[in-house]
Amino acid sequence: MPPVLELKGITKRFPGVLANDHIDLQLEEGQVLSLLGENGAGKSTLMKILYGLYAQDEGDIYIRGKQVSIEEPNDAIDQGIGMVHQHFMLVPVLTVAENVMLGMESIQHGIFLDRDAAAQRIREISDRYGLGVDPYALVEDLPVGIQQRVEIIKLLYRNADILILDEPSAVLTPQEVEGLFDVIRSLVSQGKSVIFISHKLKEVLEISDRVVVLRVGKVVGTTTPEESNERDLAAMMVGRDVILSVIKQPKAPGDVVLRVRDLYVRGDQHKMAVRGVTFEVREGEIVGVAGVQGNGQTELVEALTGLRTVESGQAEVVGKDITNVTPRLITEVGTAHIPEDRQRDGLVLDYPVADNLILNTYYLPPVAKGLVLEEGAIADRAERLVREYDVRTPSIATPVGSLSGGNQQKVIVARELSRPVKFTVASQPTRGLDVGSIEYIHAQLVRKRDEGAAVLMISAELDEILSVADRVIVMYEGKIMGTLPAGEATKEEIGLLMAGIASHPAESPKSAPSTV
Amino acid sequence: MTVMKTASKARRRAITMGVLFLLFALAILILFTPGVEQGQKTTFAFSEARSESFVIGNLVFATRFGLYLMAALCAFAGAWQLAKGFEHVNVVLGIVAGFFVVAFLTWAARGQSMNLTGMARSSLLRAIPITLAALSGVMCERSGVINIGIEGMMLMGAFLSAVTGSLGRSVWAGLFGAMLGGALMAGLLAILAIRYKVDQVIAGTAINILATGLTSYLSSRYLQSGSLNSPPTFRPVPVPLLSRIPIIGPAVFNHTVPVYLTMILVVLIQVMLYYTRWGLRTRAVGEHPQAADTLGVNVFKIRYINVLLGGVVAGLGGAYLVLSSVARFDELMTAGKGFIGLAAMIFGKWNPVGALGSSLIFGFADSLQTRLAILAVPIPSQFLLMAPYLVTMVVLAGVVGQSRAPAADGVPYEKE
Amino acid sequence: MGNQEVEDPRTGNAQEHQGETGGAPEDRPSQAGRRGRFRGLVLPAMAIITALIIGALFIAITDESVYEAFRDGIGQGIVRAFLVIGRAYGAFYVGAFGNPVQIVRAIFSGSSTQILRAIYPITETLRIATPYIFAGLAVAFGFQGGLFNIGAEGQYFVAGLTSVFVGYSLRGVPQIIHLPLALLAGMVGGALWAAIPGYLKGKTGAHEVINTIMMNYIAFRLAEFMLDVGGPMARGDGRPVSPDIQPSAYLPQFFPNRIDLRVNLGIVLALAVAWLVWWLLYKTTLGYEIRTVGLNPRAARYAGMNVPRTILVTMAISGALAGLSAATDILGVLHFMPNAFYSGYGFDAIALALLGKSHPGGVVLASLLFGALRAGARNMQGIARVPIDITSVLQGLIIVFIAAPEIIRMIYRLRQPVKGETLTLTRGWG
Repeated sequence: MPPVLELKGITKRFPGVLANDHIDLQLEEGQVLSLLGENGAGKSTLMKILYGLYAQDEGDIYIRGKQVSIEEPNDAIDQGIGMVHQHFMLVPVLTVAENVMLGMESIQHGIFLDRDAAAQRIREISDRYGLGVDPYALVEDLPVGIQQRVEIIKLLYRNADILILDEPSAVLTPQEVEGLFDVIRSLVSQGKSVIFISHKLKEVLEISDRVVVLRVGKVVGTTTPEESNERDLAAMMVGRDVILSVIKQPKAPGDVVLRVRDLYVRGDQHKMAVRGVTFEVREGEIVGVAGVQGNGQTELVEALTGLRTVESGQAEVVGKDITNVTPRLITEVGTAHIPEDRQRDGLVLDYPVADNLILNTYYLPPVAKGLVLEEGAIADRAERLVREYDVRTPSIATPVGSLSGGNQQKVIVARELSRPVKFTVASQPTRGLDVGSIEYIHAQLVRKRDEGAAVLMISAELDEILSVADRVIVMYEGKIMGTLPAGEATKEEIGLLMAGIASHPAESPKSAPSTV
Repeated sequence: MTVMKTASKARRRAITMGVLFLLFALAILILFTPGVEQGQKTTFAFSEARSESFVIGNLVFATRFGLYLMAALCAFAGAWQLAKGFEHVNVVLGIVAGFFVVAFLTWAARGQSMNLTGMARSSLLRAIPITLAALSGVMCERSGVINIGIEGMMLMGAFLSAVTGSLGRSVWAGLFGAMLGGALMAGLLAILAIRYKVDQVIAGTAINILATGLTSYLSSRYLQSGSLNSPPTFRPVPVPLLSRIPIIGPAVFNHTVPVYLTMILVVLIQVMLYYTRWGLRTRAVGEHPQAADTLGVNVFKIRYINVLLGGVVAGLGGAYLVLSSVARFDELMTAGKGFIGLAAMIFGKWNPVGALGSSLIFGFADSLQTRLAILAVPIPSQFLLMAPYLVTMVVLAGVVGQSRAPAADGVPYEKE
Repeated sequence: MGNQEVEDPRTGNAQEHQGETGGAPEDRPSQAGRRGRFRGLVLPAMAIITALIIGALFIAITDESVYEAFRDGIGQGIVRAFLVIGRAYGAFYVGAFGNPVQIVRAIFSGSSTQILRAIYPITETLRIATPYIFAGLAVAFGFQGGLFNIGAEGQYFVAGLTSVFVGYSLRGVPQIIHLPLALLAGMVGGALWAAIPGYLKGKTGAHEVINTIMMNYIAFRLAEFMLDVGGPMARGDGRPVSPDIQPSAYLPQFFPNRIDLRVNLGIVLALAVAWLVWWLLYKTTLGYEIRTVGLNPRAARYAGMNVPRTILVTMAISGALAGLSAATDILGVLHFMPNAFYSGYGFDAIALALLGKSHPGGVVLASLLFGALRAGARNMQGIARVPIDITSVLQGLIIVFIAAPEIIRMIYRLRQPVKGETLTLTRGWG
């Protein structure tokens, strides 16, 4: 029985980069194969080749022993391959049925859409695999976990036998991940084959039948969960023994720097995103905010940095009120902000490195004298910061957009943390970065904390929070579910809190988000 | 930029609306009532003679009474809004504005007669080119391509309609030429915006400049003698039976073919957009082209088709200006209608029926201006001519934050 | 938008790979440099040349004598075509720069009248370039701030009204005060007219393209109202023009004794203002704010900048610059304002800003070129009977070529196009 899918010698080059280097892969029918590797290892590229979004330079693809040529997504779909992308490919303003049937619409009377026929088929699929999706719902109204299932239905609607899931658990709570695993098991038991792309070691060990590890474009190891463990997998992924936790000295926190009281912040959809949050951050401590993305963390940070209006409640930094105050005032009070979306919010990609480094200080001496910019001072500062913060760039005049993600983040870190700030907010600071940069940024945050600053870190990576933070706050649907010291917290506890289940069952606020 | 409304902001807006309604009432009383002489009457006429099956008599009433009535209605709306608040405030705003307009008409026609059916008819006529421009915009933007070049496409369509109409000595030749002209300019826009990923606003502006230059140049060269610039025109074709209904008949059902064509297009495009496969794919491509791409939909092809069709419709708009009214091409004859059409599209929330509705408002403003000149209303004509443009700006200011363009509008699609 | 570039597997266009690898493309400077140089000088030059070539073809195609000659034979046709093009572009050159033979002869003759007559075309080029420089600076300034100011035309009208008003209504004021005051009035008029769409954009997000265009039409009507026979600013003798301005408001001409040589101090002012704009944009904190808002408004907000206020200021300055184009025209050349003040500068200025890459220096060069174009086109119309609208056609072509450099590359089979170099200056409807 030939494998349902086999890749032989797949090679893909981009200018300056060998993304896939003669990769061999076999997927047996009814099997879950995990593709493991850190950011930039080549996993996404490989899958995009399989799905027809890229064309390979060398190598062949075999489906059930027969060689096939896949030049565009339609070919992949014809071969029974389907892919659920990391960033959902759903049109928010259309219904589930419309999204699912796009590209192969059911027709009646020649040109008119037959929504009912599609809906019926969707219901059948949903029931068969236990997905629970309503075909007539608008996608933008659905919670993220259900949206993901819509993506899966899209594949099954097209009779996909090989399903590729690209980092599916990135947006799910631990409980939702279990739900996803149930679905995967259901699919597999009915003869589907699954490729599971991830960089999360625990999940890979739980769900896979086989694990293939990629590193810098090459297959560096093939194993099974029985024969391996987290340390081994991590070592294969990175190529060296990875220190999975951050070294930091315990520190006694000092005075309160950030005080947040009963904060209410409205989100984009006119719903209240932050609902009565109260907490404090002290000098010399790192507070990590855990929670699945979309539970109010982003809005909280925006409120604390002056980028979003506060409906009610109060926030103070070193005793000064920062509620509904301009971003500039908040910066001047002594706040540093490492934004979630570094390219969109934190940098001007066309500006040289030097100009980015003065983004929030451009109007102050010594950078400016009155109205005039002091170019000498700007250049001096840039040279100094680039050296101190190890930013790899050809020169300070290079547009920051040509730097790698890690170096771009270092520019932001250099700019923010080099100021004598009392309070630092870091939002998803290591997203999408390579291991070296991640370690560096963690070290910088810890250094800031040792200098006596108060650090608030928001991250969707639970491991990061547990290793970097001193205290953990868990947010769910705009409320704080609980606060735990990082040393004592277990992932299970936090996972429950992330899903809205409080430690005392009587207080469980699992209600639907209300529209205020 | 996100539009964020806090609870207090929403309340402030509600209060502002209420005060606005009251201000309308006040304006009626202050601006209009003093000019009314004692015992003056306003007459609203409704018949266009000839065609109706039965004639509706004129509505004659005391001018002051009419003004007071309108003011009272506005004030009532204002009071209600302040006290309880309407659920659909924007709709009420439109209604109150309507009251104000009625009051204005009452005042303007004091001691005289104004034919409302005639006004409705001319409003529709003036709305046609704007509607076609707006439809063109809808088709392009729904698939994600901003089309600033509608003006240029209309101009080229007008030019070619005059030329081909004269050459072929037939209105149909003229129509065909117009559609060709619009499609040509649209093709250029499509290539620039889709293939070369040029900023769509710049591409549209280039189209406008090119069209202006080409049509003016060629017109100076070849259209002076008149043999290429005297196309035949469409004659009005009354719809049997329907054109004899009072008021609606003469206003809507007694027009030239392009007018009927426009109305059909509105319905056609509305249906196509929401009930056919092409419409679904278009909307998907305009909102989330990547999602469509991963499902095998050809984003580029859909955008090309939509832009070209949009050009054809814009060309029709130009043809209308020539073949349904002046019967010749004048340089720069579109006079901004392409841009007003864009405003109508935004106001109409990017769908054909809405575009028609807002175009009618613009058409009304336009036709008002000529009526008022006839009635010797003491406002200089230039200010009246400014009216459509001012209305556009006001509409844009009030509406943009609330009506949402297709999400991928204006973003050239990059295949990964 | 950054230099993230992605390969298109279908066309094989060599493009950088996106983020996945995390590898820094730091060895790119040479490629970037080459690209930069292409965009800097070669591309505009080739765009202009290509546009001229297409224009030449167009002129030949639309000339009946060429067709007649073709009927006699292909050779005759081609010869005739070249003759027609030669005559047209010859007239163009003479109109823009003067007849070289005539100039040399005049210099040798030593007679000042002869010299002045010979250099008349160049002076006209400079004179015509002056308002172009201002208008081009206006649009370029807007572009730097991420705004598309198509309202230069309307700002021109309003500034004309305000500056001519100060020009004719103040009496007994010495020139050293009157002239700057009148110029200032023009700036204020233009600034106010542009500030309205700027305010609306900042407050409501309404796109400035439509609003500035609407303001154009409103300004046109306003000027018509003011200057039409019987209007408040009309001269009163039955002509739809304003009264003459006082001599104390004149922009001094270089050759005051020759009424046909109208080149004036305006050109000096334009160059000075261009330098000022460059200094403002690149050497001051305000310029930094404007450019940041133009490149990335979200980052600007994050940096604490007041984005709506910056938009307003940008539009106001842009309008003031456009206003100067009207003021210099009136104060330096016409000395009154006619009703038919239509200039066409509004759309020309867009091409100028694009040609000059929104950089003040580039705008000056492009404006000098366009001044030549206009001066030459007038002569083309007079002598070779080529309609003056050919300039619009040439402009449109130039804009197309500059905005999509790939086309030029394709035509001339140059190096593979690199994505990320096509211009994206504006962002949707806001």
